[in-house]
Amino acid sequence: MSKRFGSTLANDAVNLRVEGGTIHGIIGENGAGKSTAMRLLYGLLRPDTGEILVDGLPRIWRSPLDAITAGIGMVHQHFMLAGPCSALDNVLVGAEPRRWGLVDRRQARTRLETLSRQYGLPVAWDRAVQDLPVGIQQRIEILKLLYRQARILILDEPTAVLTPQETNVLFHNLRKLRSEGKTVLLITHKLREVMEFTDRVTVFRAGRVTGNLMTAETNPQQLADLMVGRKVLLSLAVPEARPRAETAIAVSGLSLATETTGRGRLTEVSFQVQHGEIVGIAGVEGNGQSELLQALLHPRDPRCRSRGSVQMLGQEVTHWSAGQIRALGVAVIPEDRLREGLLPERPVTENFLLGRHRTAAFSRGGLLRLASLETAAARAAEEYDLRPNEPHLPAGRLSGGNQQKLVIAREFAGKPRVVIAAQPTRGVDVGAIEFIHRHIVGARDQGAGVLLVSSELEEILTLSDRILVMFEGRIAAEFRRGEATERELGLRMGGA
Amino acid sequence: MRRVLQPFLAVGLGLALGLLVTRLAGENPWRVLTILVKGAFGSRNDFGMTLFYTTPLIFTGLAVALAFHTGLFNIGAEGQLTMGALAAAMTGAVWPAMPAPLAPLLAGCAALAAGALWGAIPGWLRARRGSHEVINTIMLNFIAAGISSYVALYPLRNPDSQNPETRVIGSGYVLSPWAILGGAPLGLALPLAVGAAGLVWFFLWRTTLGFELRAVGQNEAAARAAGIDPGRVRILALSLAGALAGLVGVAEVLGNAGRFRVGFSPEYGFIGIAVALLGRNHPAGVVAAALLFGALHKGAADLDLETEHVTREIALLLQALVILSVCADGLWNWVFARKTSPR
Repeated sequence: MSKRFGSTLANDAVNLRVEGGTIHGIIGENGAGKSTAMRLLYGLLRPDTGEILVDGLPRIWRSPLDAITAGIGMVHQHFMLAGPCSALDNVLVGAEPRRWGLVDRRQARTRLETLSRQYGLPVAWDRAVQDLPVGIQQRIEILKLLYRQARILILDEPTAVLTPQETNVLFHNLRKLRSEGKTVLLITHKLREVMEFTDRVTVFRAGRVTGNLMTAETNPQQLADLMVGRKVLLSLAVPEARPRAETAIAVSGLSLATETTGRGRLTEVSFQVQHGEIVGIAGVEGNGQSELLQALLHPRDPRCRSRGSVQMLGQEVTHWSAGQIRALGVAVIPEDRLREGLLPERPVTENFLLGRHRTAAFSRGGLLRLASLETAAARAAEEYDLRPNEPHLPAGRLSGGNQQKLVIAREFAGKPRVVIAAQPTRGVDVGAIEFIHRHIVGARDQGAGVLLVSSELEEILTLSDRILVMFEGRIAAEFRRGEATERELGLRMGGA
Repeated sequence: MRRVLQPFLAVGLGLALGLLVTRLAGENPWRVLTILVKGAFGSRNDFGMTLFYTTPLIFTGLAVALAFHTGLFNIGAEGQLTMGALAAAMTGAVWPAMPAPLAPLLAGCAALAAGALWGAIPGWLRARRGSHEVINTIMLNFIAAGISSYVALYPLRNPDSQNPETRVIGSGYVLSPWAILGGAPLGLALPLAVGAAGLVWFFLWRTTLGFELRAVGQNEAAARAAGIDPGRVRILALSLAGALAGLVGVAEVLGNAGRFRVGFSPEYGFIGIAVALLGRNHPAGVVAAALLFGALHKGAADLDLETEHVTREIALLLQALVILSVCADGLWNWVFARKTSPR
């Protein structure tokens, strides 16, 4: 299949062959064309040339409905669920069984419970979807497909939003689906998932298929090289840290009062980060990391901190505003870049300005220095290899990895003295991960104190000079580099 | 391309539909259109009156657009302009002896300040107490109407008039109308309005504070993480919006009536919402849309006099149809999708 958008050839004579009853990995960098290929398969787009065969028969999709009828279903990276509605209604909508012109929920429930049991995917059917964990929401999406009798399931980056535990459960379930004769197409960035869970793998690069391999006959290095088109360092060799005596961040007794329902959100959290070291915070998501990040940036907001104190660069900042704290030279890579890091409808240049708009480089006498902004943004786009390099494109139109590069380019441009990086490589491809890791280590080596929060254990283990484990709002353990194994960390993260 | 073309097409469609309605009412649509256009642009005086209606709409349109860029819906321009006009009239009535260059400046500042206060209140309520600005700006419209009626009826009542209005302002305050406009009561207020549009543009896109406003309007969470205090920015934005609406007082009190008349505004504040919408919240668009609505207002007044079956309410109908066709995004998506080749 080929598909062109304007001047870009998103898919260039792509050949893809998927055996029934297998888990087939589709990997490639952001913008390599894998999503386009899946949208062609699912009938969201129509190929310019080429054809789609299902069970050996050529098919033409007029819309996804045709693809669904033929047994193809897709779980999108951002779930298509109505939050306030019950899990049951979310599965039914669009395919409701009827009786006397009314929705026959009883019949639907019976069918769904059978499906649930058959595939071992239990769900609380009457709960509102928004109250269920992400892993369960994803399970509902999968059941939605099974309910519509899909035989071929396309999953777009299914693990991007999951905790390690949820990821394991997902793959266990996918294997079960395979043993029931279903076919799974798994789009992912993560080589480890491909290696562990797939039967075959197809590699995309720049709109073409660059490899079609049996998983058993390949290795992560080969896949990474095929994806990026050059040799990639999968695990960065991080030189020994030389922490200085001065403290970059000092937190003492930081607490956030429990709301009526919640667990202890932050309880007596104390730690220090020296200049020239990276302190990693490991933990299953939802154990207080987000609250800690908010409290560091907005300490005076009572919704973010109820007790304790925060110091940065030797200054007591507990009663400072976020603007004052950032003006000290504190760079922040937020957890959720679209929500907290970017103005999605505004051009790249303005996004490069956000948070640095009061610095002398971009503001004089209350006026914006647009000329220096354009130059600086262009230089950063070059240095950080933003693609496409169009300074006036709205940031929301960039791919996830490039959005992250934009945030990092902005935050690191001011030569920060403190870096607070949350999930810096979430949803980012291998080539870019190496790049981002280099920059974080680079900032450390120039003397910045770095606080890294990540749910990727590999990332924590590679980068951190010291590791703190968070569990239920407390610091549960501390390790030095090399002291902890992945297994040990995993146990501490689970509260053992 | 589409951003510029769509409003024009929409205006054309709205007018065409409106004329169709006059046809149903039993008039010749061509004649109606002629009267409408001649009424708005036919003579110096006609055009002057069109500009007279345009001027307050520029101020209120800007007041809505500026707030909108900050993610706020300012329904309170009517109350803000009432307070602005009242403050200008009170200044002129309380200190009538003030000499010329100082007097209008003082009254203008009073109008700005009163409008700003009337914007700051809902701004503060939203920022610090979390209550929604749509409700509070509407409520403040009623309060402004009450306060201004009280002042016009009791403390500053004009003893020489049967109408509910304040005492006449001192002669030093009056901005005399331009002779070139053939008697239309309009002078310095027009360049003031156009200048304000220019300033709003400069503020939003060229200043640090303007960037903060737009950042909050676009993504509050990101603005907050970037060290911007969204509450402070909201108070500021609504104060500025109120000040802009307050300047209607300069046009009305100093430029036209010389006093505060209860009910002087034919809902400039609410038409301002439509002006901002049609102008896509861009200051230049606001000026253009205000001119259109000013022309409709003036032209429709003539229709009332010169035709049998069409009353001045036709202006409201035309405005409504133009707004509806501007908002019909689905329609325009379809039109433009057909023009550009399908994927």
